[in-house]
Amino acid sequence: MARMKFICDAERCIACNGCVTACKAEHDIPWGVNRRRVVTMGEGMPGERSISVACMHCSDAPCMAVCPVDCFYRTEEGVVLHDKDVCIGCGYCSYACPFGAPQFPSNGTFGMRGKMDKCTFCAGGPEPNGTQAEFEKYGRNRLAEGKLPACAEMCSTKALLAGDGDVVADILRTRVLTRGKGSEIWGWGTAYGKPSNGAPQGGQGEKAVKS
Amino acid sequence: MKPALLAFALALALGGCDKSQTLHSGHASDTPPWDAASDPFVAPGWKAGEKASWESQIRNRTAAQNEYLRTPPRS
Repeated sequence: MARMKFICDAERCIACNGCVTACKAEHDIPWGVNRRRVVTMGEGMPGERSISVACMHCSDAPCMAVCPVDCFYRTEEGVVLHDKDVCIGCGYCSYACPFGAPQFPSNGTFGMRGKMDKCTFCAGGPEPNGTQAEFEKYGRNRLAEGKLPACAEMCSTKALLAGDGDVVADILRTRVLTRGKGSEIWGWGTAYGKPSNGAPQGGQGEKAVKS
Repeated sequence: MKPALLAFALALALGGCDKSQTLHSGHASDTPPWDAASDPFVAPGWKAGEKASWESQIRNRTAAQNEYLRTPPRS
């Protein structure tokens, strides 16, 4: 059985926010709720990295453990979902989640918190697959359409991968083995070839050093 | 006075014998994804209702994210 997982390759993510936009558009997410977001570390510094973060559909999900009304469930494919008809919007899951995945729409008076909303791995909720009721509460059910989450399928650099955990791990392993490390993946070596005594091989740089 | 007090105590005691109160918790059951969505956006290439077919579709779609299959890796 497939076990659905996300992984974001920090060496590839260019913080374009295409995944965030794809998610928002696909599920008609209200203003102020971000099921997915891009986090940049060391911004403006050499070695800056970005990753796209959402619910990681944890194997041992802390949100499930703390929910007082037990509204969470895990599907056979390993996707962590919740039932909005049961959620009381207490926010415990928000405190428990290490990824900041649970979101709360504040559409009531006095900033009243609504029912929790989070990434569903594009798998909808308890309502029948692909119905209007499911779409209004949880967004599109792409898994039931034989597709993968919109964020990953839209990722232009394929930094964000989603799907069967074994296959995703294989893809990442191949990449890491192929691309190497250090200057092979970041900086001069990648763009212009391996440096030779501080100058690039061939081209203007080498002539300039000789003359 | 005594019967009245007894009746009041009995009424209080029976007050607790209301129908059982249940706190709604737990989620509703979900339909598996291989029972295809009822919208017009279902991807072709798999048979609705067949778990193996759906799994194969998802595996192929996941593997298609590997762009090395389309462009050969750098030598």
